Amino acid sequence: MSDNATRQEALPGAAENHAGDHKPYAAYLLGLADDAMVYAQRLSEWMTNAPQIEEDMALGNIALDLLGQARALYPYVGSIDGTGRGEDDYAMQRDEREWRNVHLVEQERGDFADEMARLLWFSARQVELHTALAGSADDVLAGVAGKALKEVRYHLDHASLWVVRLGDGTDESHRRMQAALERVLPYLAELFDDDEASVLAAGLGVGVLPSSLHDAVVARAGRVVDEATLTLPNDSPWRSRGGRDGVHSRPMGYLLAEMQHIARSHPGATW
Amino acid sequence: MVVPVPVRMVGGVPVGVLVFVCHHGILSGDGDPAAASPRSTVDPALDALGPISHTGLMYGNDVIDPNEPLNAAETAVYDAAAAHDDQRDSRGGVGDEFDALIAADQRIEPRDAMPEKYRETLVRQIAQHAHSEIIGMQPEGNWISRAPSLRRKAILIAKVQDEAGHGLYLYSAAETLGVDRQELLDRLHDGRQKYSSIFNYPTLTWADCGAIGWLVDGAAIMNQVPLCRCSYGPYARAMIRVCKEESFHQRQGFEILWTLMRGTEAQQAMAQDAADRWWWPALAMFGPPDTGEATKGGHTEQSMAWGIKRFANDDLRQRFVDMMVPQAEKLGVVLPDPELRWNDERGHYDFGEIDWDEFWQVLRGDGPCNAERIAHRRRAHEEGAWVREAANAYAAKQAARTKESAA
Repeated sequence: MSDNATRQEALPGAAENHAGDHKPYAAYLLGLADDAMVYAQRLSEWMTNAPQIEEDMALGNIALDLLGQARALYPYVGSIDGTGRGEDDYAMQRDEREWRNVHLVEQERGDFADEMARLLWFSARQVELHTALAGSADDVLAGVAGKALKEVRYHLDHASLWVVRLGDGTDESHRRMQAALERVLPYLAELFDDDEASVLAAGLGVGVLPSSLHDAVVARAGRVVDEATLTLPNDSPWRSRGGRDGVHSRPMGYLLAEMQHIARSHPGATW
Repeated sequence: MVVPVPVRMVGGVPVGVLVFVCHHGILSGDGDPAAASPRSTVDPALDALGPISHTGLMYGNDVIDPNEPLNAAETAVYDAAAAHDDQRDSRGGVGDEFDALIAADQRIEPRDAMPEKYRETLVRQIAQHAHSEIIGMQPEGNWISRAPSLRRKAILIAKVQDEAGHGLYLYSAAETLGVDRQELLDRLHDGRQKYSSIFNYPTLTWADCGAIGWLVDGAAIMNQVPLCRCSYGPYARAMIRVCKEESFHQRQGFEILWTLMRGTEAQQAMAQDAADRWWWPALAMFGPPDTGEATKGGHTEQSMAWGIKRFANDDLRQRFVDMMVPQAEKLGVVLPDPELRWNDERGHYDFGEIDWDEFWQVLRGDGPCNAERIAHRRRAHEEGAWVREAANAYAAKQAARTKESAA
């Protein structure tokens, strides 16, 4: 057990992490990592619940990609925020107020149309975001983004194929897909909010202003929606806000309770 | 509690795990058959499931020697099956007649004429196998959202994905026999076809993910490696790929338990509890007794004559016990069988009586999770119906548009 405790203290890379340079844009990177992490968690819920076996695999694959992106970023965040934390410290040990993801990704799993609407918008944002970040002044982030770009292009492609099929499929699927586009709408504006951390990171040439991605993302999603014979809704009486400040919607607490339960029930344990 | 068994080491490997002899020329192993010992009272061919052949890096290698086979897919029998030459022109002049092909131990391919009973037997077996992969996604899928670390979460997602992929290979293999996936899924959903009863047991703790990988996947591989030489080509080829991936899963399961057994007291208790609950159901996975007086009846005899089945249930079960006992000792878990002990005379481990009443009860539908597994599967299928209909409708529209533009 003492051996176990020792190993736990020495999280992978922790020693080196402490020696890393303190950089002011850790919060920005944490937002990127948390978006990917929380969406991976939600997407993985589809496994065994998808409309066909191929889709169990595809959504699991997308979840794995996003999980991989989060895992690439967390230890780096730990190396530049002065805490030396590892990936599981971020994923398993933080409370709701410390999470910086947008509300879009934390929403409960809806029907398949809801998921394809969310995946379409999220992936369109990720494609534009990672395209920009591949040229980041931070080499680590540029590397992560360059690899992620290949993955999120596939995610966007997958969502697009389904949105078109559902929109231009049967009357029922058209109605469901249109309703899903309307339900996801209130969560989109938050994707393009220029929060404090983004402004700082963009100013350093490390990050990109979310608002600067807006037009390109809407254009990408819009083309798919047109082809699907659907209509892009643009009028919502309310919009989500606050995710980047750790102010989340109701489902977030439950998501964390489930995800963190085992890890937190065994303090100091190695898995 | 288990009677401590001295693990005798020969050349760095425990005897009883790695004994092998050449058999029917299917082995590429370099062992001298005469020197192999101890001799078996079980089908000697089973001893062939032994020699080390895989050294590739995989999960689990950091806790156990990668040169030591942990499961039957890491043996030369697997290699020999995987290297089987499927080319029709290699059949050595036996012609295309079913009985001649079977007699020559050649593979039957989809276009070959075959007895209707042979086809039906294969459809039933392949479909049941495919259903087991799909239903088998649920017990472990149950832990994806709660995996205790991100590394474990990633491994588990990939594993459940593999199971979906195995289901797809197998449904495709069944489709070569003239029955489509939709029909097979209907048979699963309305109870006309079964899946492995093992998946009717619950996954109560994280350690169950380890026990399933180690024991359930280990038993599945033991059953499936001989199927890599199945007389029906598409099934045999699917098994070659499936076994390779299952071998990763089995190592991952071993590693989960290994880590738990070296963790806190609570973690050790969790691992032991999982081994207690999964050991007997894993042994039952090989099916009811079919040697000695039980030889007649059941499917074993005919399936063996057709080259679908290669070894008796009891022989594979014995081989599995022989392989797992030393692994349990390495892990530090106690297998829940007071009668488990090495029998020098037989050259095998003796073990206690399986509760066949429980086996038949679960098989009849009265297991802890039978209703839940099928309800989950049916719900996903029914909730997805409108999506599949949309995809079909879109495909039909596209086909019509293509036709129109070509006209």
